[in-house]
Amino acid sequence: MTRTHVQCNVNGDEVDFLTDPAESLLNALRDQLGLLGVKEGCGTGDCGACSIMLDDAVTCACLVFAAEAERSTIVTIEGLADADKLHPLQQCFLEGAALQCGVCTPGFLIAAKALLDRNPDPTETEVRYALAGNLCRCTGYDKIIRSVLAAAEEMRNDHGVSL
Amino acid sequence: MRYSAPTTVDEALATLTAEPNARVFAGATDLIPQLRSGRPEPALIVDLKRIDRLRGVTLTDATWTIGAATPTSHLTRNAGFAADFPGLTEAAGLIGSDQIQNRSSLGGNLCNASPAADSVPALIANDARVVVASASGERVVRVDGITIGPGATSLAPGEFIIEFQLDRPAASTSDAYLRMIPRTEMDIAVVGAAARITTDGGLCTGATIVLGAVAPIATRVNDAETALVGSTFTDDALAAVAAAASAACDPIDDKRGTIAYRRQVAGVLARRAVALARMRSTASSNESSQT
Amino acid sequence: MTATDQTATKQTATEQTTTEQTAAAAYKWVGTRPVRPDGVDKVTGKAQFGADRVLPGMLEGVVARSPHAHARIVSIDTTAAAAMPGVHAVITGADFPDLSDSGASADDVSRSRNVMARDKVLYVGHVVAAVAAQTRRQARAAADAIVVEYDVLDHVLTLDQATADGAPLLHPEMVARGIDPEDARPNTASRVAHERGDLDVGFANADVIIERSFTTQAVHQGYIEPHAAVADVTRDGRAELWCSSQGHFAIRSMSTTVLGWELSDVKVTPAEIGGGFGGKTTIYLEPLSLLLSQRSGRPVRMVMDRNEVFTASGPTSGSNIRVKLGATAAGALTAADIMLEYEAGAFPGSPVGAAAMTAIACYDVPNFSVVGFDVVLNRPKTAAYRAPGAPAAAFAVESVLDEVARELSIDPIDLRLMNAAVEGTQASYGPTFPRIGFVETLEAIRHCDHYQSPLGPNQGRGIGCGFWFNVGGNSTATVNVHEDGRLTVMTGSPDIGGSRSSMALFAAEELGIDVNTIQSIIGDTDTIGFADVTGGSRVTLSTGAAVIEACREMREDLCRRAALMWDVDRDLVEWVDGRAQHVDRTETPLSLADVAAKAGRTGGPISVTAAMNMRGAGAGFSTQVVDVEIDPETGQTSVVRFTTAQDAGTAIHPSYVEGQMQGGVVQGIGWALNETYTYREDGSLDNDSFLDYRVPVASDLPMIDTIIVEVPNPAHPYGVRGVGEVGIVPTMGAVANAIHDAIGHRLCDLPMSPMRILDAINQGNG
Repeated sequence: MTRTHVQCNVNGDEVDFLTDPAESLLNALRDQLGLLGVKEGCGTGDCGACSIMLDDAVTCACLVFAAEAERSTIVTIEGLADADKLHPLQQCFLEGAALQCGVCTPGFLIAAKALLDRNPDPTETEVRYALAGNLCRCTGYDKIIRSVLAAAEEMRNDHGVSL
Repeated sequence: MRYSAPTTVDEALATLTAEPNARVFAGATDLIPQLRSGRPEPALIVDLKRIDRLRGVTLTDATWTIGAATPTSHLTRNAGFAADFPGLTEAAGLIGSDQIQNRSSLGGNLCNASPAADSVPALIANDARVVVASASGERVVRVDGITIGPGATSLAPGEFIIEFQLDRPAASTSDAYLRMIPRTEMDIAVVGAAARITTDGGLCTGATIVLGAVAPIATRVNDAETALVGSTFTDDALAAVAAAASAACDPIDDKRGTIAYRRQVAGVLARRAVALARMRSTASSNESSQT
Repeated sequence: MTATDQTATKQTATEQTTTEQTAAAAYKWVGTRPVRPDGVDKVTGKAQFGADRVLPGMLEGVVARSPHAHARIVSIDTTAAAAMPGVHAVITGADFPDLSDSGASADDVSRSRNVMARDKVLYVGHVVAAVAAQTRRQARAAADAIVVEYDVLDHVLTLDQATADGAPLLHPEMVARGIDPEDARPNTASRVAHERGDLDVGFANADVIIERSFTTQAVHQGYIEPHAAVADVTRDGRAELWCSSQGHFAIRSMSTTVLGWELSDVKVTPAEIGGGFGGKTTIYLEPLSLLLSQRSGRPVRMVMDRNEVFTASGPTSGSNIRVKLGATAAGALTAADIMLEYEAGAFPGSPVGAAAMTAIACYDVPNFSVVGFDVVLNRPKTAAYRAPGAPAAAFAVESVLDEVARELSIDPIDLRLMNAAVEGTQASYGPTFPRIGFVETLEAIRHCDHYQSPLGPNQGRGIGCGFWFNVGGNSTATVNVHEDGRLTVMTGSPDIGGSRSSMALFAAEELGIDVNTIQSIIGDTDTIGFADVTGGSRVTLSTGAAVIEACREMREDLCRRAALMWDVDRDLVEWVDGRAQHVDRTETPLSLADVAAKAGRTGGPISVTAAMNMRGAGAGFSTQVVDVEIDPETGQTSVVRFTTAQDAGTAIHPSYVEGQMQGGVVQGIGWALNETYTYREDGSLDNDSFLDYRVPVASDLPMIDTIIVEVPNPAHPYGVRGVGEVGIVPTMGAVANAIHDAIGHRLCDLPMSPMRILDAINQGNG
């Protein structure tokens, strides 16, 4: 089997790995880089549990060939928090009880981050559509949507203070 | 299976010539699920995303050029393009979730050749053309000449699409695309309907109406266009549009929809798409007159 | 009893509730909303789910599955597969003991044959072999190289096909229970019945009689985490199994039974579970991974693909239901005649028994007959799903009740209030209800802003009600005080909805300490005493009761130790606000840390275990109101507003009570509108992906407003009622009633898809 060498930046670290070209980036992140916070729910891009930021764009890692990650910059759930402080989305998910089983949570947090990066003041409807690619079967989405809106407000306020 | 990521059109063509059992891709949003579901692996997959010409949305003179591998999210976030083609922009934006939008492309949506591809009816309605890369040189083909059946295109082995070209719409012209899915997101169209309408005051002076997901390939509804051009969008004319759209359907019964349902809803969506495009064409004519 | 009398009774009941709620408000920690103990790990990606266990030298296992819905296995040749690169072990049915001669229960025999086919395959996806190899791709290639020769048999995919005269039989040896053999239709495994009074008299007394037939389709729990198991069998015969399930003790018992291994040789460690909803109460990959690990001498991980989850794990039953209700002109129900026919899948055991028990349990009906049939067919064996059996039955009953209300021009809530089960009502399934809160949920909806608000064009409003018994059962809790005086609470109940928080809240309340200082964890099968599965909405009730009992014993122990430290009589010490204090205030109070520091001198480590079999699960009731808007030209339904009221007894962590209510409702909305298994004629599943098995997405929904009703369960120290399940029971009926209100047509078949709604509108338009 011919394996491809891939170099990329993951959560701030320069990493490299060898991959079978048919392997998905999801499997490479999990099995080769040990980033087990990236979850597989479907493997076909329908559930969003494996959402990552790939070159600043939210993407399902299961729909990317690992070889495509060459020279890319990747952020996974493991890279969302600072060393000593949770991201406001993470804090709001905790306080808003936005997770039950938690297996969809990493994907939701990444997708929500992608939304707030480009739209810091989304409406409820915008949040719902931006997260439509992430399935949650426990919560009915209610507390997830509220927590994203709460985090957006908090981030806007913090930003206002720093200005 | 090997992986290749050429950076020029010529390099890609040479790679494809050297390995006939190859498959090109941009976003892989269709390819990976297909491989996972047990389709035979090609010997080589060729990633077209690293070719500059295949990425980007640019306006030159009166023509928009969209790289075939450009993520559809780049299209939907381009305000100028969205103003010229609100319907096509909506259609491109309906190809899956935000996660998919960052990977899906017009080239992929067209060449995957699904009867339900959302962008294809809107591309056809807007007279879009593609530039095809071939070992024998580039050629320009109308979009409605690409898909020839479910999963089948007119592209020869080793050929791929470089870019899409769309002429800016004439004055008082706009488009719309509507689709029916059981949920609000994450579904394949049960019916899709695109319309491009040109108006002169209250009069319809041009109409292109194309349906998706109701036949093996996207279907232009000539009878609906005939019924509409020269009309003032009367209820009778719109009813004729709906009837013609329903009649033009050649759908299948499958897990996503029945023949009867697809026929009936094709008429509804065609009528609604016409009404929406008409409203937009009027608005665009108002804007033009103000500037 | 006249309607006026009933209202008077209920008024009293409502006042009573107010008193009881005042008592609940006296809690310091119970009823607050702390961050869950497992929360930070879950928002940072550290939480380990079933597929996240990685062991040195671990192999990957995959399954070979039947392409046929019904076939005799003539031969299996694994020679080529076993010789392929990277392959370490291949197993087939021949490697498993035949339990049918061992005196094992019928359920055990079924499970044994469901996890690995023997002489016959009974559905597409039925396991015929499994392979362990160095990589998943190698294992898959080897599984594909296994040669199985089948003698294909005719199959049955629907209830009507399965029970038709001359239908092919899945289990020719099966003897139907509860039916005279000559009356049993093909593939019918059992009949259950609940009857009271005289139906003829009841219908004779009715001024209005309405009868309708309903169908529902198989739906899947749709948990986002696919089944996964990691097994590691050592050469001395001891084994470790790491898997996500709703009950690791049950997984241990079922897996070792199927393998013929000693139960206590296997240690099962509960991984975080990525959703279950009943579907993870049984075994699939677990015994296969154990056997592959034993055969290869290596750890083996097995993870299902999503299409395997849909194809071969347990969905819930589809059903045929007939409901006939009679009522007086004043609205009193006089008779109910209900027939339920439920799909069991390939082996007996649909939840039709629970469906028959719950079908009219909300109401006090003098004459009724509820009869249910369990039918096998060539589909995967069904598994539990949130209030198993109840939602489909409630869909049918609530739909017919809605028609009765319309026929009689009575408000749908008034009709239900007139007939509501209350304390003292003999439930349709036998026992007499103690204090229950059904009426309170109806009143809560009646008075909510939503029910009073006007509707827009093309909108309709529907009401639905539901009942679920909830269960108690076996639980163990151990509470340990660390040397620093902090506390760990350990139970054996996997946490699928936030129960670790509830356990910590109970301990905080009992011992008067800050909930945020308490570790709340789940022990493996070697570490903690037995617990039944997390199911039946039992954990907060039963495991909670064990935690409470352990904490009360510990409080006593702490007082005894403080008395020793002060050298005073035990009776002079009391535990107040997390400290031991002398009743005369003559000693400086001792904190948990103070007592812990001297534990060696007062009897050794401070640790209490309580184990119990909890009885007296309080029944759960829910009433819901939903507004839908229908596009009359496409049949598309938008759920525009939803309010659910549910009796939680006492809400221990209100956020997670709301979460259970909201999650149940949204699963019910999916079941009502779009979710369904669709099969091809050859018996293969046509929609084995989340693309075409359409669970609701965020943009499909409004906020789900919740009203927590608290009518404490008299059998529980904190008044807890289970809250996990009943929230799904009313939803499909409520949505059906709202659709009827919007379009003027009754839909009796699930899912109420745009196609079906447009059909109904078309037929109505003539």
